Amino acid sequence: MASTTWAGADPLASHRARRQLIDKIMTAIMITAAIIGVIPLVLILFYLLKEGIPGLSLDLFTSDPRRPGLSGGGVRNSIIGSTIMVGLGTVIGVPIAVACGIFMSEYGQNRAGTMFRFLVDVLAGIPSITMGLFVYSLLVLPMQRFTAIAGVLALAILIMPIVARTTEEMLQLVPRALREAALALGAPPWRTILTVILPAAVPGIATGVVLGLARISGEAAPLLFTALGNQFTSTDVLHAMDALPLRIFVYAIGPYDDWHQKAWAMSLILVTFIFAISAGIRWVSRRGAAIRH
Amino acid sequence: MAIESTKQEQATTTEFSGVPVAAPTPAGRGSVGRNDDLSQVALKADRVSAWYGAKHAVGEVSMDIYTNKITALIGPSGCGKSTYIRCFNRMHEFTPGARVEGGIYLEGVDIYDPAVDPTRVRQRIGMVFQKPNPFPTMSIVENVASGLRFKGITNRSEVADRVEASLKSAALWDEVKSDLKKPGIALSGGQQQRLCIARAIAVEPEVVLMDEPCSALDPIATVKIEDLMTSLAERFTIVIVTHNLQQAARVSDWTGFMLAGDDGIGRLVEYAKTDELFTNPKDPRTEAYITGRFG
Repeated sequence: MASTTWAGADPLASHRARRQLIDKIMTAIMITAAIIGVIPLVLILFYLLKEGIPGLSLDLFTSDPRRPGLSGGGVRNSIIGSTIMVGLGTVIGVPIAVACGIFMSEYGQNRAGTMFRFLVDVLAGIPSITMGLFVYSLLVLPMQRFTAIAGVLALAILIMPIVARTTEEMLQLVPRALREAALALGAPPWRTILTVILPAAVPGIATGVVLGLARISGEAAPLLFTALGNQFTSTDVLHAMDALPLRIFVYAIGPYDDWHQKAWAMSLILVTFIFAISAGIRWVSRRGAAIRH
Repeated sequence: MAIESTKQEQATTTEFSGVPVAAPTPAGRGSVGRNDDLSQVALKADRVSAWYGAKHAVGEVSMDIYTNKITALIGPSGCGKSTYIRCFNRMHEFTPGARVEGGIYLEGVDIYDPAVDPTRVRQRIGMVFQKPNPFPTMSIVENVASGLRFKGITNRSEVADRVEASLKSAALWDEVKSDLKKPGIALSGGQQQRLCIARAIAVEPEVVLMDEPCSALDPIATVKIEDLMTSLAERFTIVIVTHNLQQAARVSDWTGFMLAGDDGIGRLVEYAKTDELFTNPKDPRTEAYITGRFG
């Protein structure tokens, strides 16, 4: 009987055909879903390049905006402003966030830690415009002026929960054996964390920093009533400062074709900038890890 | 059950400064009757009990660990032998919910005394783990030097000397001396374990605890570690937990047999010189275990 099953008429043939058909249909559904998921990204990149590239010029990087209606001019003020505020926000926010992450991972396996973790999650969920309002009443109203440091503070608060949570998760992934090795050598717990556990988690933490940086680079809402925006290039953190997302917003809803084109060009610059920073940080942290590994 | 001391001729004469207690090497190691001097006690464990939360893992185990001897702890899985030696350098307390009762005395001082600094305890009682665990972000040299840095020794030439001496003592120097900047985890498993031993002995502890140090290694690497233990016993007191009865018989001077009772609590059944315990066990359970009738 067995030989007829294999070589001759297959009693299970119809069943097998059905199974193979279902398999093909399911595969097709999955592939379609994957393609639909990627379509927005492809379209965004396509439009960015199509609309943005014609707007790119040397002037865009080297001169400030001209009066409305006049063509030409650039957005040097926005590029410099964004670099300063995003840079300072990251420099201020990341160390605090990493410290928070260390606390949650190493000292937070108790009720206080659970509470703290919950608060960090709530902070991550607060809308960025609310953050702007908060800093507005905290700094802008008392100082009676819009300042870049107010924008920096808003961005720093925005990046903190993202980096803090990533740091905690990455520290938790460091094998227990490494902690034990250091502790068994007579290292106090704080030195174990700083010299053994934290270095082992650096590549993962860098990913968190990249995510946070990308997020705050594109934020316009928290800067609206903190840094406000500025027609001129300013490096003074005690005065109003421009930023790419702010200027994209203004230009995109403005009435001039030249502005629309510049808005596209700025979007392209912003995306390229975020991509370059991401690639750079990942490369450095991976390379650092590779040298030591 | 003669234990052959494979003294490896290496720079064991290197100056190792001021470690108290570790008495001069007892004469006649490797010769017949070498164990007949019940030399000094390096560690005295007095009715040590250990818990994981509500689980009582070790019940009132007392042992004298003799200076410059190799003491093996054997017993079936779950008998509490690993937990027990983790009490010897206060590693047990890092497990959440863990608790220890009883006393462990180093030079007459209870290491669980509130006045005692646990990090100081761990510098004097080192540990080698089951799975080799070199620090992945550090080179070979940095791995061996790490304990010295934790201890506050930063003088470059002193660190370099101690690193070299430790790598030689761990029989790893010749294999790595041309490539000391290489990452520690680039070595083979057996080399990594010897690196961990070098790291542990660099801080010159009096006692080295080894928790199944060969169970992740192949037979050739195992032989190397066993030879190493024998030579290290000239300078250190060694306690080894092992699943491997032959290993205990080959390397140790004293053997303790632990067994968990029906209540799940691990207790010491018998503790004797290795020759005696394996050839003439006093307790029928010991005999049953070493003849392979359970476990």
